[in-house]
Amino acid sequence: MSLNRIFDIAGSAMSAQSIRLNTTASNIANADTASSSTDEVYRARKPVFAAIQQSVMETGFSTAFTDTPESQGVEVKGIVESDAPLNMRYQPDHPMADNDGYVMYPNVNVVEEMTDMLSASRSFQTNVDVMDAAKTMMQRILTLGQ
Amino acid sequence: MSISFDNALGIHEKALNFRVKRAEVLANNLANADTPGFKARDLDFKAALNSSLNQFSEPGAMAMAKTNSKHLTTNAESADSLLYRNPTQPSIDGNTVDTQQETAAYMKNAMDYQASFQFLNSKFKGLTRAIKGE
Repeated sequence: MSLNRIFDIAGSAMSAQSIRLNTTASNIANADTASSSTDEVYRARKPVFAAIQQSVMETGFSTAFTDTPESQGVEVKGIVESDAPLNMRYQPDHPMADNDGYVMYPNVNVVEEMTDMLSASRSFQTNVDVMDAAKTMMQRILTLGQ
Repeated sequence: MSISFDNALGIHEKALNFRVKRAEVLANNLANADTPGFKARDLDFKAALNSSLNQFSEPGAMAMAKTNSKHLTTNAESADSLLYRNPTQPSIDGNTVDTQQETAAYMKNAMDYQASFQFLNSKFKGLTRAIKGE
Protein backbone atom coordinates (compact mmCIF):
# COMPACT_ATOMS: atom_id res chain seq x y z
CA MET A 1 0.00 0.00 0.00
CA SER A 2 1.44 3.31 -0.98
CA LEU A 3 -0.98 5.46 1.01
CA ASN A 4 2.02 6.44 3.14
CA ARG A 5 3.45 8.32 0.19
CA ILE A 6 0.42 10.64 0.05
CA PHE A 7 1.41 11.86 3.52
CA ASP A 8 4.93 12.60 2.24
CA ILE A 9 3.58 14.36 -0.86
CA ALA A 10 1.04 16.51 1.01
CA GLY A 11 3.59 17.15 3.77
CA SER A 12 6.19 18.39 1.29
CA ALA A 13 3.61 20.74 -0.22
CA MET A 14 2.59 22.05 3.20
CA SER A 15 6.20 22.75 4.10
CA ALA A 16 6.81 24.50 0.75
CA GLN A 17 3.71 26.64 1.18
CA SER A 18 4.74 27.60 4.71
CA ILE A 19 8.14 28.73 3.38
CA ARG A 20 6.24 30.84 0.86
CA LEU A 21 4.16 32.32 3.69
CA ASN A 22 7.34 33.04 5.65
CA THR A 23 9.00 34.91 2.77
CA THR A 24 5.78 36.85 2.18
CA ALA A 25 5.66 37.84 5.84
CA SER A 26 9.31 38.92 5.68
CA ASN A 27 8.66 40.96 2.51
CA ILE A 28 5.62 42.75 3.93
CA ALA A 29 7.39 43.41 7.24
CA ASN A 30 10.31 45.02 5.40
CA ALA A 31 8.22 46.86 2.79
CA ASP A 32 9.04 50.25 4.34
CA THR A 33 12.62 49.64 5.50
CA ALA A 34 14.53 52.73 4.37
CA SER A 35 18.16 52.50 3.30
CA SER A 36 20.78 54.91 1.96
CA SER A 37 22.62 52.60 -0.45
CA THR A 38 21.68 50.00 -3.09
CA ASP A 39 23.81 47.34 -1.38
CA GLU A 40 22.04 47.52 1.96
CA VAL A 41 18.45 47.83 0.78
CA TYR A 42 16.13 44.86 1.33
CA ARG A 43 14.97 43.06 -1.83
CA ALA A 44 11.78 41.02 -2.15
CA ARG A 45 12.44 37.30 -1.59
CA LYS A 46 10.70 34.58 -3.58
CA PRO A 47 10.93 30.79 -3.11
CA VAL A 48 11.52 28.67 -6.24
CA PHE A 49 9.28 25.59 -6.37
CA ALA A 50 10.18 22.40 -8.22
CA ALA A 51 8.64 18.94 -8.41
CA ILE A 52 10.60 16.18 -6.64
CA GLN A 53 11.46 13.62 -9.30
CA GLN A 54 11.61 9.93 -8.44
CA SER A 55 14.99 8.37 -9.05
CA VAL A 56 15.45 5.95 -11.96
CA MET A 57 16.38 3.14 -9.56
CA GLU A 58 12.93 3.23 -7.92
CA THR A 59 10.72 3.59 -10.98
CA GLY A 60 12.30 0.85 -13.07
CA PHE A 61 13.62 0.77 -16.61
CA SER A 62 10.59 1.43 -18.82
CA THR A 63 9.09 4.41 -16.96
CA ALA A 64 12.49 6.10 -16.74
CA PHE A 65 13.28 6.00 -20.45
CA THR A 66 10.04 5.82 -22.39
CA ASP A 67 8.17 8.29 -20.24
CA THR A 68 8.96 11.14 -17.88
CA PRO A 69 9.22 9.68 -14.39
CA GLU A 70 6.41 10.59 -12.07
CA SER A 71 7.16 13.09 -9.35
CA GLN A 72 6.74 12.72 -5.61
CA GLY A 73 5.75 16.02 -4.05
CA VAL A 74 7.26 19.47 -4.22
CA GLU A 75 10.51 20.98 -2.92
CA VAL A 76 11.88 24.49 -2.50
CA LYS A 77 15.01 24.72 -4.67
CA GLY A 78 16.07 27.99 -3.08
CA ILE A 79 15.03 31.51 -2.27
CA VAL A 80 15.90 34.19 -4.84
CA GLU A 81 15.90 37.96 -4.49
CA SER A 82 13.72 39.95 -6.87
CA ASP A 83 15.38 41.91 -9.72
CA ALA A 84 12.55 44.43 -9.91
CA PRO A 85 13.67 48.08 -9.86
CA LEU A 86 14.10 49.60 -6.40
CA ASN A 87 11.65 52.11 -5.06
CA MET A 88 13.46 55.50 -4.92
CA ARG A 89 11.77 58.36 -3.16
CA TYR A 90 12.91 61.97 -3.11
CA GLN A 91 13.02 62.84 0.60
CA PRO A 92 15.83 65.36 1.17
CA ASP A 93 14.90 65.85 4.83
CA HIS A 94 15.13 62.11 5.62
CA PRO A 95 18.18 61.21 7.74
CA MET A 96 18.97 58.26 5.37
CA ALA A 97 18.86 60.42 2.21
CA ASP A 98 21.89 60.24 -0.14
CA ASN A 99 23.73 63.28 -1.61
CA ASP A 100 21.00 63.80 -4.22
CA GLY A 101 18.24 63.63 -1.59
CA TYR A 102 16.95 60.16 -2.53
CA VAL A 103 16.03 57.38 -0.07
CA MET A 104 16.05 53.71 -1.19
CA TYR A 105 13.02 51.60 -0.40
CA PRO A 106 12.70 47.83 -1.09
CA ASN A 107 11.20 46.55 -4.36
CA VAL A 108 8.33 44.90 -2.45
CA ASN A 109 4.95 45.09 -4.14
CA VAL A 110 2.51 44.86 -1.23
CA VAL A 111 -0.49 43.98 -3.45
CA GLU A 112 1.49 41.14 -5.03
CA GLU A 113 2.55 39.91 -1.59
CA MET A 114 -1.05 39.91 -0.33
CA THR A 115 -2.25 37.78 -3.28
CA ASP A 116 0.74 35.48 -2.76
CA MET A 117 -0.25 35.12 0.88
CA LEU A 118 -3.86 34.20 0.02
CA SER A 119 -2.70 31.73 -2.64
CA ALA A 120 -0.25 30.10 -0.22
CA SER A 121 -2.83 29.71 2.55
CA ARG A 122 -5.40 28.26 0.13
CA SER A 123 -2.89 25.74 -1.22
CA PHE A 124 -1.92 24.84 2.35
CA GLN A 125 -5.58 24.20 3.18
CA THR A 126 -6.03 22.03 0.06
CA ASN A 127 -3.12 19.85 1.10
CA VAL A 128 -4.50 19.53 4.63
CA ASP A 129 -7.74 18.23 3.07
CA VAL A 130 -5.78 15.79 0.90
CA MET A 131 -4.00 14.44 3.96
CA ASP A 132 -7.29 14.17 5.87
CA ALA A 133 -8.91 12.14 3.07
CA ALA A 134 -5.85 9.88 2.90
CA LYS A 135 -6.12 9.35 6.65
CA THR A 136 -9.76 8.26 6.29
CA MET A 137 -8.80 5.87 3.48
CA MET A 138 -6.02 4.37 5.56
CA GLN A 139 -8.28 3.92 8.60
CA ARG A 140 -10.75 2.05 6.38
CA ILE A 141 -8.10 -0.39 5.14
CA LEU A 142 -7.21 -1.20 8.74
CA THR A 143 -10.78 -2.41 9.34
CA LEU A 144 -10.60 -4.94 6.46
CA GLY A 145 -12.21 -8.25 7.41
CA GLN A 146 -13.86 -6.94 10.57
CA MET B 1 -10.23 -28.01 -1.30
CA SER B 2 -8.19 -24.91 -0.66
CA ILE B 3 -9.31 -21.32 -1.10
CA SER B 4 -7.40 -19.32 -3.70
CA PHE B 5 -7.43 -15.66 -2.71
CA ASP B 6 -6.97 -14.58 -6.33
CA ASN B 7 -10.14 -16.41 -7.38
CA ALA B 8 -12.12 -15.54 -4.28
CA LEU B 9 -11.42 -11.79 -4.24
CA GLY B 10 -11.60 -11.24 -7.99
CA ILE B 11 -11.00 -7.81 -9.38
CA HIS B 12 -11.73 -5.84 -6.21
CA GLU B 13 -8.27 -6.13 -4.69
CA LYS B 14 -6.72 -4.78 -7.90
CA ALA B 15 -9.35 -2.02 -8.08
CA LEU B 16 -8.51 -0.96 -4.52
CA ASN B 17 -4.81 -0.88 -5.36
CA PHE B 18 -5.56 1.19 -8.45
CA ARG B 19 -7.54 3.68 -6.33
CA VAL B 20 -4.62 4.07 -3.92
CA LYS B 21 -2.22 4.63 -6.83
CA ARG B 22 -4.56 7.18 -8.41
CA ALA B 23 -4.98 9.01 -5.07
CA GLU B 24 -1.19 9.33 -4.95
CA VAL B 25 -1.00 10.80 -8.48
CA LEU B 26 -3.82 13.27 -7.79
CA ALA B 27 -2.30 14.27 -4.43
CA ASN B 28 0.95 14.95 -6.27
CA ASN B 29 -0.89 17.18 -8.78
CA LEU B 30 -2.39 19.17 -5.91
CA ALA B 31 0.98 19.40 -4.15
CA ASN B 32 2.51 20.88 -7.32
CA ALA B 33 -0.33 23.36 -7.96
CA ASP B 34 2.16 26.25 -7.63
CA THR B 35 5.19 24.65 -9.33
CA PRO B 36 6.07 26.41 -12.60
CA GLY B 37 6.00 24.12 -15.64
CA PHE B 38 4.46 21.17 -13.80
CA LYS B 39 2.18 19.00 -15.96
CA ALA B 40 -0.83 17.40 -14.26
CA ARG B 41 -1.09 13.61 -14.68
CA ASP B 42 -3.75 10.99 -14.20
CA LEU B 43 -4.31 7.26 -14.47
CA ASP B 44 -6.78 5.73 -16.91
CA PHE B 45 -9.09 3.31 -15.11
CA LYS B 46 -10.32 1.72 -18.33
CA ALA B 47 -6.77 0.93 -19.49
CA ALA B 48 -5.89 -0.49 -16.07
CA LEU B 49 -9.08 -2.60 -16.06
CA ASN B 50 -8.39 -3.96 -19.55
CA SER B 51 -4.81 -4.90 -18.75
CA SER B 52 -6.02 -6.52 -15.53
CA LEU B 53 -8.72 -8.49 -17.37
CA ASN B 54 -6.19 -9.67 -19.96
CA GLN B 55 -4.04 -10.97 -17.15
CA PHE B 56 -7.00 -12.93 -15.81
CA SER B 57 -7.86 -14.61 -19.11
CA GLU B 58 -4.32 -15.42 -20.25
CA PRO B 59 -2.01 -15.44 -17.27
CA GLY B 60 1.43 -14.04 -18.08
CA ALA B 61 0.57 -13.36 -21.73
CA MET B 62 1.90 -9.81 -21.73
CA ALA B 63 4.77 -10.30 -19.29
CA MET B 64 8.26 -11.09 -20.51
CA ALA B 65 9.96 -14.10 -19.03
CA LYS B 66 12.94 -13.40 -16.74
CA THR B 67 15.58 -16.02 -17.40
CA ASN B 68 18.37 -14.21 -15.56
CA SER B 69 18.40 -12.46 -12.19
CA LYS B 70 20.05 -9.42 -13.83
CA HIS B 71 17.09 -8.82 -16.17
CA LEU B 72 15.27 -5.56 -15.51
CA THR B 73 11.57 -5.61 -14.83
CA THR B 74 9.40 -3.82 -17.37
CA ASN B 75 6.29 -2.58 -15.63
CA ALA B 76 4.70 -1.63 -18.94
CA GLU B 77 1.09 -1.74 -17.80
CA SER B 78 1.55 1.01 -15.22
CA ALA B 79 3.52 3.23 -17.63
CA ASP B 80 0.85 2.93 -20.33
CA SER B 81 -1.95 4.22 -18.19
CA LEU B 82 -0.14 7.22 -16.59
CA LEU B 83 -1.18 10.02 -18.91
CA TYR B 84 -1.03 13.82 -19.02
CA ARG B 85 -4.12 15.89 -18.45
CA ASN B 86 -5.39 18.14 -21.24
CA PRO B 87 -5.46 21.69 -19.78
CA THR B 88 -8.74 23.55 -20.14
CA GLN B 89 -7.04 26.90 -19.80
CA PRO B 90 -3.30 27.41 -20.38
CA SER B 91 -1.34 29.37 -17.78
CA ILE B 92 1.69 31.61 -18.32
CA ASP B 93 4.12 29.50 -16.24
CA GLY B 94 3.23 26.25 -18.07
CA ASN B 95 1.52 24.66 -15.06
CA THR B 96 -1.51 22.55 -16.07
CA VAL B 97 -2.94 21.86 -12.60
CA ASP B 98 -6.54 23.00 -12.15
CA THR B 99 -6.92 22.81 -8.36
CA GLN B 100 -10.73 22.64 -8.45
CA GLN B 101 -10.76 19.81 -10.98
CA GLU B 102 -8.04 17.92 -9.15
CA THR B 103 -9.82 18.28 -5.79
CA ALA B 104 -13.06 16.99 -7.32
CA ALA B 105 -11.23 14.06 -8.93
CA TYR B 106 -9.44 13.29 -5.66
CA MET B 107 -12.69 13.27 -3.68
CA LYS B 108 -14.47 11.12 -6.27
CA ASN B 109 -11.53 8.72 -6.23
CA ALA B 110 -11.81 8.51 -2.42
CA MET B 111 -15.50 7.60 -2.80
CA ASP B 112 -14.69 4.95 -5.42
CA TYR B 113 -12.09 3.63 -3.01
CA GLN B 114 -14.82 3.28 -0.37
CA ALA B 115 -16.95 1.33 -2.86
CA SER B 116 -14.10 -1.01 -3.79
CA PHE B 117 -13.35 -1.45 -0.11
CA GLN B 118 -16.98 -2.42 0.60
CA PHE B 119 -16.86 -5.06 -2.14
CA LEU B 120 -13.56 -6.47 -0.91
CA ASN B 121 -14.73 -6.45 2.70
CA SER B 122 -17.95 -8.31 1.87
CA LYS B 123 -15.90 -10.92 -0.01
CA PHE B 124 -13.88 -11.49 3.15
CA LYS B 125 -17.04 -11.64 5.25
CA GLY B 126 -18.45 -14.23 2.85
CA LEU B 127 -15.31 -16.34 3.20
CA THR B 128 -15.48 -16.13 7.00
CA ARG B 129 -19.13 -17.25 6.96
CA ALA B 130 -18.29 -20.15 4.63
CA ILE B 131 -15.52 -21.31 6.98
CA LYS B 132 -17.79 -21.10 10.00
CA GLY B 133 -20.54 -22.92 8.15
CA GLU B 134 -23.24 -20.35 8.93
